Amino acid sequence: MKNLENKRGTLITAAIIVAVFLFVGIAEKIAPPSWNMLFMVLKKGSIYALIAVSMNLLNGFTGLFSLGQAGFMLLGAYTYGIFTIPAADRASVYQYFDGGVVQFALPVPVALILAGLVAAAFAFLIGLPVLRLKSDYLAIATLGFAEIIRAVFQWNVLGPITNGSNLLRKFPVFQSTISYFIVVGICVAVILLLINSSYGRAFKSIREDEIAAEAMGINLARHKMLAFCISSFFAGIGGALLAMYQTSVQASIFKSAMTYEILLIVVIGGIGSISGSVLASFLYIACSEWWLRFLDQETILSAAGRGRFIAVMAVIFVILLALMVFRLVKPKAKSRVRYGVGAGICGAVLIWLIVFAATGQTKVPLLRNGFRMVVFSVIIMIIVLFFSRGIMGTSELPDLFRKRIKSEKEEVAS
Amino acid sequence: MSVVLPYLLSGISVGGQYALIAIGYTMVYGILRLINFAHGDVFMVAGVMMVYLSASLPLYISMPLMLILTVIIGFAIERAAYKPLRSAPRMSIMISAIGVSYLLQNLAAYITGGLAQQYPTVPGISGSVNIGPATTKVVTLVTPFLVIALVFALVMLINHTKIGMAMRAVSKDYDTAQLMGIRINAVISTTFVIGSFLAAVGSVLYFTNYTAVTYTSGAMPGLKAFVAAVFGGIGSIPGAVIGAFIIGISENIVKGLEAMLGMAGINLNIGLATFSDAVTFALLIIILVVKPTGLFGEKATEKV
Repeated sequence: MKNLENKRGTLITAAIIVAVFLFVGIAEKIAPPSWNMLFMVLKKGSIYALIAVSMNLLNGFTGLFSLGQAGFMLLGAYTYGIFTIPAADRASVYQYFDGGVVQFALPVPVALILAGLVAAAFAFLIGLPVLRLKSDYLAIATLGFAEIIRAVFQWNVLGPITNGSNLLRKFPVFQSTISYFIVVGICVAVILLLINSSYGRAFKSIREDEIAAEAMGINLARHKMLAFCISSFFAGIGGALLAMYQTSVQASIFKSAMTYEILLIVVIGGIGSISGSVLASFLYIACSEWWLRFLDQETILSAAGRGRFIAVMAVIFVILLALMVFRLVKPKAKSRVRYGVGAGICGAVLIWLIVFAATGQTKVPLLRNGFRMVVFSVIIMIIVLFFSRGIMGTSELPDLFRKRIKSEKEEVAS
Repeated sequence: MSVVLPYLLSGISVGGQYALIAIGYTMVYGILRLINFAHGDVFMVAGVMMVYLSASLPLYISMPLMLILTVIIGFAIERAAYKPLRSAPRMSIMISAIGVSYLLQNLAAYITGGLAQQYPTVPGISGSVNIGPATTKVVTLVTPFLVIALVFALVMLINHTKIGMAMRAVSKDYDTAQLMGIRINAVISTTFVIGSFLAAVGSVLYFTNYTAVTYTSGAMPGLKAFVAAVFGGIGSIPGAVIGAFIIGISENIVKGLEAMLGMAGINLNIGLATFSDAVTFALLIIILVVKPTGLFGEKATEKV
């Protein structure tokens, strides 16, 4: 019985994944150009999904709090760029360094794997001293290494290899979204298999209790190093894909802010959930690059449009506010704080709307370049504070499709 | 000497400014075991507020107002973003700090339009002064003395007042302090108030020196100040101050290393100045590997 239920969830998940891949593959061929935004989001989202999953492997499954992801992405991106620029274009890319020292180009798949291997090799070297450190100290040491790597790659003396602080460009890139999806899909599948193997169980036991894990015969140093290198390997491939997506590489974009961004994605998705990280990446990229875009535009409404806008917004938010307040005053209400915050936000929007209505101007207030990111970071703060388990918690997609009765039984049993 | 002196002077000055930020990090870490990633951004917000306040108000009003507002922001951040997570795992509170940092940066980017703002000139410390062969701003000379005075006041506060005693107790043993009737929340709020105040003072000194405020200008000084706090032994105030001076000086020495070697007859032209930020982190990693508790850190025995 248990096997059958497990299978049901897995089958539905597999069907969804196949459907998504088919949709992306087919839609890309037939979609009108106006769908460009969707495919941009899908490309960047899939790259971030791979990087977030690689970070989750380390932070969520092994319990090592590392903040070096941007550094390993940089290594991957540069390795890919350096070894794939066609020999004919090198003179123009390395124009300040007489065409650079590398004078050959590797095929794309080889360069992708090499990108991962270089990142993993550096992870090994960095891991030797820093993996002995605990929690916060490990975080700050890995962050420091990422910053050092960034400085080294901008160093002019290494210019013949790295092109100094100039752009690397003209390397081959994937044109179609499905190529990104396939590479990311393979990598995530490998990570998933790893997590469900005996290594994965060892990682999880380290997360739960290092001393107990050691007592059970798990070699802490070896397994931590393994998790660190594997995570960096995939971060390196992710960095190479990011380089393709941007069609150019520059060390200065791989700042610690990028690591924070990925950490936030992991948290939003749920620390310790692969499918959560993947979903959160797409949502995060879609929100920040697409859905909230309108907040950045100064909007001027016509008189009639203005009346309609105010009326529609007022109705929506009054209903939402009423729902929240109703939940709040209900006796024995659960999670009061969440509804309180929800009511507060609805109230704030309504006040904003009243001010807008009262002043009689036709330009929508506040909307201006940068407002999108303010709203977006407020949303993130709300998730971090009130939904700290993230979208998925520690469960995976197949768990959602299992029968409810079973999970209730489990609760009773535990 | 004429080559070394300017770098040394600006190293000491920047070190003093880092020290004021680092105290906020080290005190919060000592009590909450939290890397307050938003602290560098509080420093930046203080700078941005000063730009906007001084545009419409005279300096003798805008400066105290800026200090008060920064303190209120620091207090509010603790109450809104850290207090609800007191019993949550340590990682979630650190992520909340990263979220606050993200929010403050985006808010500042929105308000400034993402452009660099010119910091107002503060009479008395913005002028230039000659020391031997070197020309420098007055703020460079004022900073170390001001820092030492403030640190002295802070150490007196911590060692000789009731709230200071409470702080020491909480950082020693959180739970026992609570059982002894210390109002933990009041102590934590005081810590954030002191930290934000010092960061605001630091921002006046720092931006008088560098004059351009952008929404990202808190990130690097914040990170370096935190490194300084770890370097000196996190939780220790004298450690943070000494660590900050070491970091500030070594950063500027690296900036000027080629010029100095050039004076000594060694001609290197390899762009070592690229590493002025990286050297901070290299120092950090060396100290973490050699002496993980920092220069003045207390030895902590691992509890099983």
